[in-house]
Amino acid sequence: MEKKLVIAPSPHIHGNMTTTRLMRDVLIALLPAFIVSVVVYGVSAVIITAVSVASCVLFESLISRFLLGKRATIGDLSAVVTGVLLAFNLPSSLPVWMVVIGALVAIGVGKMSFGGLGCNPFNPALVGRVFLLISFPVQMTTFPTPAGVNALGGAVDAVSGPTILSFVRGALKGGMTTADIADQISYGDMLLGFKAGSFGEVAALALLLGFAYLLYRKVITWHVPVFVLGTMFVFSGLLWLIDPLHYMNPVFQILTGGALLGAIFMATDYVTSPMTHKGMAIYGIGIGLITILIRVWGSYPEGMSFAILIMNAVVPLINKYVKPKRFGAVTAKKK
Amino acid sequence: MSKLQLLTKGLIKENPTFVLMLGMCPTLGTTTSSLNGLGMGVATMFVLTLSNMAISLIKNVVPGKVRIPAFIVVIASFVTVVQLLMEAYLPDLYATLGVFIPLIVVNCIILGRAEAFASKNNVLDSALDGLGIGLGFTMSLTILGSVREILGSGSIFGLKFIPGDAMLVFVLAPGAFIALGYLLVIFNKLTAKLR
Amino acid sequence: MESSLKNMVLTLLIITFVTSAVVGLVYQVTEAPIAEAKTAKVTGAIAQVLPAFDNNPADLKQVEMVDGKEVVIYPALNGSDTVGYAIETFSNNGFGGLIKLMVGFLPDGTIYKVETLSHSETPGLGDKMERKKSNFSVQFEGKNPATFKLSVKKDGGDVDAITASTISSRAFTDAVDRAYKVFQSLNQKGGESHE
Repeated sequence: MEKKLVIAPSPHIHGNMTTTRLMRDVLIALLPAFIVSVVVYGVSAVIITAVSVASCVLFESLISRFLLGKRATIGDLSAVVTGVLLAFNLPSSLPVWMVVIGALVAIGVGKMSFGGLGCNPFNPALVGRVFLLISFPVQMTTFPTPAGVNALGGAVDAVSGPTILSFVRGALKGGMTTADIADQISYGDMLLGFKAGSFGEVAALALLLGFAYLLYRKVITWHVPVFVLGTMFVFSGLLWLIDPLHYMNPVFQILTGGALLGAIFMATDYVTSPMTHKGMAIYGIGIGLITILIRVWGSYPEGMSFAILIMNAVVPLINKYVKPKRFGAVTAKKK
Repeated sequence: MSKLQLLTKGLIKENPTFVLMLGMCPTLGTTTSSLNGLGMGVATMFVLTLSNMAISLIKNVVPGKVRIPAFIVVIASFVTVVQLLMEAYLPDLYATLGVFIPLIVVNCIILGRAEAFASKNNVLDSALDGLGIGLGFTMSLTILGSVREILGSGSIFGLKFIPGDAMLVFVLAPGAFIALGYLLVIFNKLTAKLR
Repeated sequence: MESSLKNMVLTLLIITFVTSAVVGLVYQVTEAPIAEAKTAKVTGAIAQVLPAFDNNPADLKQVEMVDGKEVVIYPALNGSDTVGYAIETFSNNGFGGLIKLMVGFLPDGTIYKVETLSHSETPGLGDKMERKKSNFSVQFEGKNPATFKLSVKKDGGDVDAITASTISSRAFTDAVDRAYKVFQSLNQKGGESHE
């Protein structure tokens, strides 16, 4: 029963699950995080999400009608999901025209260039986000501080501040130890979403709620998120045990940045993740390792989106080498 | 093939970048702006024309077995000459193109033309072939450089027409691949009938 | 042409001989302009960072070894008065590695101007250290490091970092600081020798 709705190599049983229904469930699962972001950031979160979704749908229908000459695939809601996920990965202060560019890249470059849903090797929303991050580094890394939250590090202008991750990273690189900055970090705020960050990633609790719903509806299995977060926890835990003054503790690593959003909603994308459970384990461990590597030693404070994209590229290879025994095969003899 | 065809085939029919897909390393590496693309293209064209002529001249006296080393030595000397001249008279361009100038030696377009054309044809035809392919290379690099500069810095040939920052990714390495990919699509779509 | 050991050796010998002669010739011709272009770049940078002077600072240059690399001091004179010192300094801590600056100090230690000589910082972020890209380097002008703390505000100093490029700003400040230390040691030495 547990494995009934998993995307898997043949044999397949025909079920009543459609792309549209899956996507609708993903949208419902994203709802709690969206509500929190509206509470924390106000109307700007609504505007960014609306613009992102509208442009994703528009670009998808334009491209599929005029360039590919296919029937429109808007009905399956996948463009809507891409739009929401892209918006969730942006700071709420981002200018609207940049959101439109991000949507164009996500749909045009990340998805339709490869032939549309099901053919794209990379997660479209992340392609859009990383494109924006590299293109507009200043706007993409200054986050509005939610009302009622003190800007980290006593920044001069309290309107915008760094994310907790980049603040901690700057402090640690600047010679401070974890003990010096411990009082600036509130784990309660991290759970509830009162911190600076891309607006969909701030509320850990709301994202976990979405995860529970997805599991309940059997839209995803637990494998990828658990392996991603588990690897992050173990790896950063090891570093923390070796030198607790210069590495942040594993709970911090999991609650900050895009860890939860990425592990639950981005890494589990059907098209760009492996088919078998063993493959998912390899994929999840890879994402976790790369994320911590980038966070600790890389040049960016957050590595979740890069890690997922890198492992996306490896997925075809994983699918090729990690295969279950063929259905009906008597021996595993090679031809 | 007429003389005019020799000179113009590099532009569309045998465009080294968009059709033959040769010399990708300097294509992706140097085209951060239209001027850099143009400079790299002209430098390559210069070396290509001269080396084609020289190789066509010596083709009958070089024994077959040492043909490749002989060609490489000739090409490398022309590249060194270009490098020295550029360092002396165009120090700014030299500073930007940097390591890619010596790398013209291993640009497969040059050795490819030497082997495929210059070693079988007379001096005039070889010169025209070098010039033609060089023109095509220069054109492609300038187009790619311009696209990346317009999108990445909001300027063209150094003239800024969009204030503020543009999409930086196009000046960086990933933008080179994205821009080249879409230019390939557009170029081949537009010229499908011509070819 | 039939390959035999004799003709292969002979051809390659002749080709390498001729090409090396050509390269040697071009080198001779371009040697002076290349040296000139290099000095012009240095004197140009010195003139940028100091008030008017009438000597050739490169004639008086002193080289100090700091942290395993050369820091070059160019004293600028007007008649017999010292106008200031241009110090070519560096930092290894840039986002893209080595950063080279020319810092102009007036005799009392006030920074006159800072010019970026070379760097490989990210376009659009760290490259704002260049004077033509942003006002970041302007904030150092007219400041005396005796009272102006040379580290970025995040680290408790007086320097406003470039938005989203703290590492580059830190490295730039580090290079200026290194130049100031060399300037101080120079002043002490200079004082002793006059006594």
